[in-house]
Amino acid sequence: MATGVAAWLPFARAAAIGWMPVANCPMPIAPRDNSKKQDELIILNVSGRRFQTWRTTLDRYPDTLLGSSEKDFFYNEETKEYFFDRDPDAFRSILNFYRTGKLHYPRHECISAYDEELTFFGIIPEIIGDCCYEEYKDRKRENLERLQDDQEENMDLKMPNMNFRETMWRAFENPHTSTMALVFYYVTGFFIAVSVITNVVETVPCGATANQKDMPCGERYTVAFFCMDTACVMIFTVEYLLRLFAAPSRYRFMRSVMSIIDVVAILPYYIGLVMTNNEDVSGAFVTLRVFRVFRIFKFSRHSQGLRILGYTLKSCASELGFLLFSLTMAIIIFATVMFYAEKGSSSSKFTSIPASFWYTIVTMTTLGYGDMVPKTIAGKIFGSICSLSGVLVIALPVPVIVSNFSRIYHQNQRADKRRAQKKARLARIRIAKSGSANAFLQSKHNGLLNELLELTGTEEDEQKLTQKSISLLESQHHHLLHCLEKTTFSYGNLCRPVQQDTEDTGSYYSLRTGQDLDHHVKAHEFVDEQIYEQNCLETALQTYPSRSPSVSSHDSSTRTCCSRKRKRNVPLPNTSLPTTHSTHQGPLQELSAIHIQCGDPLSHTASRSNLNLKTDESSRINCKSGRITTAIISLPTPPALTPDGDGLHGPPQRRPPRPPSHPPPLSIQTTTSSAGANIVKVSAL
Amino acid sequence: MGALMVIFSLQPKQRRKTDSVEDELELSAVRHRPEGLEQLEAQTRFSRKELQILYRGFKNECPSGVVNEDTFKDIYSQFFPQGDASTYAHFLFNAFDTDHNGSVSFEDFVMGLSILLRGTVQEKLNWAFNLYDINKDGYITKEEMLDIMKAIYDMMGKCTYPVLKEETPRQHVEVFFQKMDKNKDGVVTIDEFIDCCQNDENIMRSMHLFENVL
Repeated sequence: MATGVAAWLPFARAAAIGWMPVANCPMPIAPRDNSKKQDELIILNVSGRRFQTWRTTLDRYPDTLLGSSEKDFFYNEETKEYFFDRDPDAFRSILNFYRTGKLHYPRHECISAYDEELTFFGIIPEIIGDCCYEEYKDRKRENLERLQDDQEENMDLKMPNMNFRETMWRAFENPHTSTMALVFYYVTGFFIAVSVITNVVETVPCGATANQKDMPCGERYTVAFFCMDTACVMIFTVEYLLRLFAAPSRYRFMRSVMSIIDVVAILPYYIGLVMTNNEDVSGAFVTLRVFRVFRIFKFSRHSQGLRILGYTLKSCASELGFLLFSLTMAIIIFATVMFYAEKGSSSSKFTSIPASFWYTIVTMTTLGYGDMVPKTIAGKIFGSICSLSGVLVIALPVPVIVSNFSRIYHQNQRADKRRAQKKARLARIRIAKSGSANAFLQSKHNGLLNELLELTGTEEDEQKLTQKSISLLESQHHHLLHCLEKTTFSYGNLCRPVQQDTEDTGSYYSLRTGQDLDHHVKAHEFVDEQIYEQNCLETALQTYPSRSPSVSSHDSSTRTCCSRKRKRNVPLPNTSLPTTHSTHQGPLQELSAIHIQCGDPLSHTASRSNLNLKTDESSRINCKSGRITTAIISLPTPPALTPDGDGLHGPPQRRPPRPPSHPPPLSIQTTTSSAGANIVKVSAL
Repeated sequence: MGALMVIFSLQPKQRRKTDSVEDELELSAVRHRPEGLEQLEAQTRFSRKELQILYRGFKNECPSGVVNEDTFKDIYSQFFPQGDASTYAHFLFNAFDTDHNGSVSFEDFVMGLSILLRGTVQEKLNWAFNLYDINKDGYITKEEMLDIMKAIYDMMGKCTYPVLKEETPRQHVEVFFQKMDKNKDGVVTIDEFIDCCQNDENIMRSMHLFENVL
């Protein structure tokens, strides 16, 4: 029941009294309306614009958001109104739906935005009124087509688990997916061209030899042409067989137009091979050679325009049929008329009606060869009428076909344009993503430094660092990412109290946790993509100079920077109470190292200072680890701090001067690599 | 032939022009504003608030202020989707349209409802009699009753259990007349009707069924 007439239900029920005297049985008891509350005004605040309506208006459609108790979720106690953070313009039509019972689609609204609003408010789009439904459906279909085109392109991406057959099929269908496919595509195209040209040149008269008259090239160089033909047919056969093999549905492939063209292209040759010497059917054999020209249709795989043309003709089949039919009608009429008109004149070429067909066709298409010309006056009159009407009849269906072609062509253009735009779009997305990742990393280090500063209490540096104010949203997002990092703690790691000196209380971790935690395994951390790749490159080039004899040469074996997921159980030699010295080697021994790459020389000091934090505490870390994970920390350009010539001293003001044994192990790694970036390796412990 | 076609196409246009002027006048005439709230309050037994609610619903569905028979049938049919309520709606319309001007204004509507919902049993029975008496001559004949019965059964539609047979309305009319027609003269007068209904418990009880509708 359309609840627009819900207001008339009381009337309908009252009118039921008219049945009462007629009824023989007692009536059922009427339901009581216990909620006898007065109809009240409801205020709907949609992004600041206040809409007001009666509660009963909204109650008309109880299966929508506004009509059900779902709107209580949006009730604002203080202002006693329902607040929705949505588009007020779109809300207008939604509220009008409740009021009038008809949902209208405003034409200036974007179709997907409107759809979203409808979904949010729980209204199904099918109830859009007739006045707006067609427009809505058209726009929706357009949008869907657009999305489908995008999806089709996405499907071009390589699916990981394709077997050989599927790969081959994909290569055949989309030549731009792999180099091999492209090569194949061009080779077949070349051979099609060669074959067609051969067919054409075969018939050109090649110039007379001394003793023979002019003969076509085909007969003169029979062997050459035969070889060429054989080669082409070989290629085509192989291609056809490969396609047949790779096709997902062989039966469907065999029925498809392209495969039929392929077969028709190569069959004549084989048939010719079979019946070479049979004189009787040589005539038929010659006819078969005509079919070789169908090879030119194989080009439609190579040409988009040809395919569009074919598709257009197919889709305009009815218009073409009409054209043909009306032409036939007109031809017959005019041929008859011309025949009878010219019957009287002598030596008339119009010997019969079918003979007049030729004249009519030539005249109607305004060709006018002039081989058949009417001589009587009546014939001339009717002839002129014939040519005039021919123009009309042909001109009528042509615009329809043209517009169809134009539509399909533009659709294809749009697909190409979108593909180009997509690349730009992906690039933009990638930049945005890396920007946010960088922001995260930067904020992390700002956070670290902030923590440090809080301890040491140096004002100026603090100010320097807190230049960038991060919004609450960003900080929460970063916290989330951080939690994720922390979550990727390796398995089986124990937290143990740190026994070493806690002089360097700038340790981020020990501060953060408020207790002495033994973070002997680094969590995974987010890294910039290109830096990650560079690091992978660097690992190969890096060697670890060892400072202590205990440094073993595990180095070269693992390329662990690229194996984030690989976990190794490596017992570390220095499990005893760490000395500042020994614990340094611990990190160095580990090959599952954390590569810390400094962004650029200018910034690497700052980064190094951050690194120092990390490395220090990691160096203090007790090397008892269950597993080791590798991670790569990349440092984008943090705010430049005072350059540190030696690199790893860290911000001099902030830290107590280091024992000399500190820097060297760490400074080893700051070798400028060939990539031009400094890499600091800190082992993951 | 083309010339002929052109000539033919020209002619109807002129005719249409004269029609459209009249149409416009007609449209503008069909707009009705009800009497004031106080008057309606006095004439009917509804309170002010109830009248407001009723009018809002009424005007929502019929923005022009009057209901013509087609709209009435439309609205009423929406409550009975399975069957064909148009015949009964036609009779209802005539019952509501007390001044027989072909349209039901808000006053008619509200008066009718006032009787049905807030009236005395006598008034209700009177109204029902008026409904059954199609030609308003004071007597209900068998044919009239049969029409009404058929209209009611039409509202049920085809998909009923047990299946409605052709003679069911007729049988029902017979039963009705047996009950109501005391002097067996083939017609039921208003007095016979009211008498009989007042003696029938079921009918009496059902009269009070819809009192709390509004």
